[in-house]
Amino acid sequence: MRVRTTAAVASLVLLTGCGAADMTKQASPFANAQGAKTVTLSVQSWVGAQANVAVAQYLLEHELGYRVDTVQVDEVPAWDALSQGRVDAILEDWGHPEQEQRYVDDKKTITRGGELGVTGHIGWYVPTYFAEQHPDVTSWKNLDKYADLMRTAESGGKGQLMDGSPSYVTNDKALVTNLDLDYQVVFAGSEAAQITQIKQFAKEKKPFLTYWYAPQWLFKKVPMTEVKLPAYREGCDADPAKVACAYPHTPLEKYLNSDFARSGGKAAAFLKKFRWTTEDQNEVSLMIADQKLTPEQAAKKWVEGHESTWRTWLS
Amino acid sequence: MAAITAFSPRTVPAVLRHRAVHKLALLVLAAAVLVPLATARWTGGAWPEALTVDLTSPLTKASTWIVDNRDTHPLFLYFFGHVSNAIVLSVRAVYLVLLAAGWAGVTALSALVAWRVAGLRLALGTVAAFLTCGLLGMWVPTMQTLALMVVAVAASVVVGALLGLAGGLSDRLNKALRPVLDTMQVLPAYAYLLPVVLVFGMGVPAAVLATVVYAAPPMARLTALGLRGADHEVLEAVRSLGATARQRLLTARIPLARKELLLGLNQTIMMALSMAVIASVIGAGGLGDRVYQALASVDVGAALAAGIPIVLLAVVLDRVTGAAGSGSTSSSETRRSGWPYALVAALAIAVAARLMGRLDWPDAWTVGIAEPVNRAVDWMTDHLYSGVPVIGGTADWAAHFTTWVLNPLRDGLTWLPWWSVLLVVAALAWLIGTWQTALTAVLSMAAIGVLGVWTPALDTLSQVLAAVAVTLVIGFATGIAAARSDRLERALRPVLDVFQTMPQFVYLIPVVALFGVGRAPAVAAAVVYALPAVVRITTQGLRQVDPAAMESSSSLGATSWQQLRQVQLPLARPALLLAVNQGVVLVLAVVIIGGLVGGGALGYDVVFGLAQGDLATGLVAGAAIVCLGLMLDRVTQPTERRTKKGA
Repeated sequence: MRVRTTAAVASLVLLTGCGAADMTKQASPFANAQGAKTVTLSVQSWVGAQANVAVAQYLLEHELGYRVDTVQVDEVPAWDALSQGRVDAILEDWGHPEQEQRYVDDKKTITRGGELGVTGHIGWYVPTYFAEQHPDVTSWKNLDKYADLMRTAESGGKGQLMDGSPSYVTNDKALVTNLDLDYQVVFAGSEAAQITQIKQFAKEKKPFLTYWYAPQWLFKKVPMTEVKLPAYREGCDADPAKVACAYPHTPLEKYLNSDFARSGGKAAAFLKKFRWTTEDQNEVSLMIADQKLTPEQAAKKWVEGHESTWRTWLS
Repeated sequence: MAAITAFSPRTVPAVLRHRAVHKLALLVLAAAVLVPLATARWTGGAWPEALTVDLTSPLTKASTWIVDNRDTHPLFLYFFGHVSNAIVLSVRAVYLVLLAAGWAGVTALSALVAWRVAGLRLALGTVAAFLTCGLLGMWVPTMQTLALMVVAVAASVVVGALLGLAGGLSDRLNKALRPVLDTMQVLPAYAYLLPVVLVFGMGVPAAVLATVVYAAPPMARLTALGLRGADHEVLEAVRSLGATARQRLLTARIPLARKELLLGLNQTIMMALSMAVIASVIGAGGLGDRVYQALASVDVGAALAAGIPIVLLAVVLDRVTGAAGSGSTSSSETRRSGWPYALVAALAIAVAARLMGRLDWPDAWTVGIAEPVNRAVDWMTDHLYSGVPVIGGTADWAAHFTTWVLNPLRDGLTWLPWWSVLLVVAALAWLIGTWQTALTAVLSMAAIGVLGVWTPALDTLSQVLAAVAVTLVIGFATGIAAARSDRLERALRPVLDVFQTMPQFVYLIPVVALFGVGRAPAVAAAVVYALPAVVRITTQGLRQVDPAAMESSSSLGATSWQQLRQVQLPLARPALLLAVNQGVVLVLAVVIIGGLVGGGALGYDVVFGLAQGDLATGLVAGAAIVCLGLMLDRVTQPTERRTKKGA
């Protein structure tokens, strides 16, 4: 076995030693080991995305006999990795028009994989226990009244608007400036840090204002109410510096590497058909993040209870 | 871990004081001429707008060009493409071999290598380490990391040895290489990631290259050092026997440098491992990726399950290569004779496991540690976070620390006029070093201003200063205590080993749980990370104080406190300075990663650049971090640099 492997590698090196080597066509070295058919999926850092991948992985492995590798990559770099074939599919994308133009329309290295079936929405949220005591906080016009209560050591003299990972889509700095609010955007730096902080605030029933998004499992643990921003109109967020309106509701999309979409066989067909609901996703997310099941156990539990749903993806 | 040797002879204090005054007077003179000029031309305290260069649009253009031309331009097709291809193929080959050997084969083979090289105890330790990796359910990721490491270390050793050979044989090359290598060793690992991502995109090739760039310098430095340090009399003797230059090199100089070469290998492996973990941010896969994924769902337990194999790998590799370097008691004859048997035994085990169909680690043999660990962490945060009577909770401490230490420090630094910051840097660097180090320090600080990130850089600097102060207070206290008590030192050793090899990522989430989000947790993580090195160097320095000096002082009736203050600490001054230097370098490395937990400033910009694919922001911040690291190193670096272990 060892000799054969070395020989194979040596001949490969010889074969590729001269001539062009297109590194946009190189797969991960860990793919397809030991002759297994491998699919590499990009997992984004949030748990909802982990839920998609966990279920897809479980079905690919147990129903279709694939081996699945997962790689954690941030949203924008994931597009680049997808176009290079280092990952085969992204299962949940929140809208990146610039990358879509470049890779899907111009270079054609990425193919659309259809909708995930879940609609995403970003917004500003306050904890429901606070919104019940002060119902008027749910409009942006009254936020300044509460700036004092939202103050922390990091936000200086202003109220704190907590943002999460730098990789997420956000207009918050521009919004605070353009709506002339007495708030300071504080970046938690990662979603993990942000969730930890929100849980700590919630435990003490402290007021806070945070950038958050739905669907997200944390709503089940810490109920939060959205603060209404000026309504979203088509194109009102075109100029990032002048944005003064709410975030849109985005149907989340799947994307596949073009080569994989063409020659990926059953796995590609399955991933194109993969489509579920917000409730399904939340069910799995909650098992992973809150009950601390491993993604695999959570996926197994969900798969056992929803056979009618996933049977249609396999046909 | 590397020993600190060859302290430079101490300068006579009176002369030092005299020279210090001299230098300060010169600086004051220069300032008196230049400062009025500067203030007249550019008013205001912040770095003058007119002196900045905006690199955003050229960098963005460059990165767009690369993405657009990566699959067509000859440079990529015929050069980078092949580099990337070769890396992918070799990592894959190693990975397949490891998988083909199966878990039993890999364990047996490593144990036997450890046995032949370092003795029975380490061999047992190796077996235990590999079995633990399997038990934690981390076998496949461990093999992925190992495959990546093997390729990266091999490449680093080749590159490093070649550079070292060049530096060891040619004085001119040595002069040119030394400052570059010295500098590379003090830079935070994070700063290396962006440039390789720009060219190679996310994935294993970029990760391997970043690792090679990070891990090759110690090999090069130590090779050059070993070749230069060869005994002149031996060389003279060989020369008189009529050996050619090449024969002299192969038969005398290289064998004589064996110890340095193996120490270089040891350091290269350790640095490669720490980088392989950080490189998970750019898609390296393996154990680092598991840590990263677990942290995303605030799962400290799962992060620890992936972190433990990293620590075990590190400890095993460190001990085995360390033992190879120091050479041991039994003669090399008997060692060599054992090899064939060992090899046969290892192969037999591998084949037996293969025949039994036990190649993959059996799922039933895994132990979940995530849950109990998470419960412990939850308990800690529940009971310590706030509302603890009298002392207050950790969140309150963090808030106080931010309000009373970090904020005034940051505001103070940004309030200082820019030229006075440069003057302070110049004064510090010149007092402790030479005019060259002072010039480097001032120029790098000025470069930060030119890059247009003066304010965030000062923010980062304020966090570094606060963290270093805390580290030094705790580190010196612990170091002094450990130097005076053998039992404490022995108890501390394994703790320090583990803490020094833990991936920096693992520290981040518990500190967030304890201190919330912001700059305070970033500082806390930095302190924890830098402490072991400071404690270790302090202890070693104090213990190396001449016993005769100690003896004579105690015979003069000095109390142990007097002895410590008047004999030990002054004599250990070089070691203490080195501890400060190391502390600063390590703290900077983690404060940057603190951008992931709300540390803001330069670290956040790098994270942002990586996450948004906005390489302009990331590269500028990365360059500023490099300058800041350079400045901090020069300001704290005593005249002569010594062999030491990097971050």
